[in-house]
Amino acid sequence: MPKIKIPKSSPSIDMTPMVDLAFLLVTFFMLTAEQRQPELVAIDTPYSIEKKEIPENYVIVEIDKNGRKFVNISSPELKKQVIGEMMNRYKFSLTEKQMEQFNKLSSVGCDIKVLPQFLSADEKQRNEIIKGGIPTDSLNNQLREWIKFSHNHGVAVGKTLYDNDFKDNKKNLDPANYELKFILKADNKALYLYAKDVIETFRDLELTNLNFVTSLQGKEE
Amino acid sequence: MAEIADDGGGGHGHKGGKKRAKKGSTRVDMTPLVDLAFLLLTFFVLTSTFSDPQVMALTYPAKPDPNKPQPPEAEINNAITFLLSEDKIYYYENEFHAKAEKGKPATTLEETDFSHNGIRKLLIEKNSLILDKLAPLEKKKNQGKINEKEMLEEVKKVKEKFAKKSLKVLIKTDDKATCKNFIDLIDELKICNIGVIAPVDIMKSEQELIKAKAK
Repeated sequence: MPKIKIPKSSPSIDMTPMVDLAFLLVTFFMLTAEQRQPELVAIDTPYSIEKKEIPENYVIVEIDKNGRKFVNISSPELKKQVIGEMMNRYKFSLTEKQMEQFNKLSSVGCDIKVLPQFLSADEKQRNEIIKGGIPTDSLNNQLREWIKFSHNHGVAVGKTLYDNDFKDNKKNLDPANYELKFILKADNKALYLYAKDVIETFRDLELTNLNFVTSLQGKEE
Repeated sequence: MAEIADDGGGGHGHKGGKKRAKKGSTRVDMTPLVDLAFLLLTFFVLTSTFSDPQVMALTYPAKPDPNKPQPPEAEINNAITFLLSEDKIYYYENEFHAKAEKGKPATTLEETDFSHNGIRKLLIEKNSLILDKLAPLEKKKNQGKINEKEMLEEVKKVKEKFAKKSLKVLIKTDDKATCKNFIDLIDELKICNIGVIAPVDIMKSEQELIKAKAK
């Protein structure tokens, strides 16, 4: 009797499709991941149970542990308008290259007089230039100007953003998401006194709905 | 783990004395490649979901207009004032009395902390009126009888109904308080469903009380 031969199959599998898929996913996540600009200073935010995510259209005032203040404007359109107003107000101008740098940076924080110098400097020199951050003392409250101009243009920019998304036929649009929100991002170790400076500035401008950035913490039971 | 080629891969057989060029296998071991790919994949998946920071909304009182007459100060009942200093937290209840007068004793500060037996216990006790009403709602939601949206509406109704009687919290900070403490406190207040939170300026007499207490 002839023996029935079971064909021996190779124990190894062709992994090419798997590799293809894996790399496809890697590429996808790499491209979709939002590249975060390196921050000027590291800020550790406190924890809370709050689950509300950061809105789209915002202005963040960052306060580091030494009380230096920085401003971070989310929408490029608003950034452009605000810097335009600032140039008018403080009588200075930026070269095209400096302008490009300004749009690239996530947050700026220095005396407005040294801003052009700050934008041309490389990363190492920048840390020296920022020194005290944006001045907030009552005689020379530049933070107030930053906030005032962003507030003035914020509504119009929010509307343009909304209209653009509306044209693209996006569904479930909520106009509230496009309103300009003011957010405070304070370091764990920063004194509340520093934050108060900023809060008072907001209150002076009749902006009383503020938000604090926090990191999510698992709810303790 | 890649497949071993079975079609004349190696250059081992010397048949007929002919010299042949060694044929290398065309297959490559892909294991390290796959390892790397998945490592990267995991990295991007994890970083893209966890980096979203959250925001906590807080409404500050508007600055009083000096041109308009001040509204009469409302009588404070069922209020608690927290005073923050360095990493300590003090509180007193109801109105502040620098001295004993009108049959009311002078205010003294109590110290508490951010632990479960500290501030959480205190707030749950003080805000029991609201929390007792909210507990059945929470239970209903957990059993799946109502959804999150309905619950939030009910919570709002309860808060409005008892707005006058419920606990109000004032927060005062001195020069040494940190942002972390402030946010922690707000967080605790939100956990305990406190409706009215007001960050206000500290008074000199209160600062002195803190100093005396800290000694």
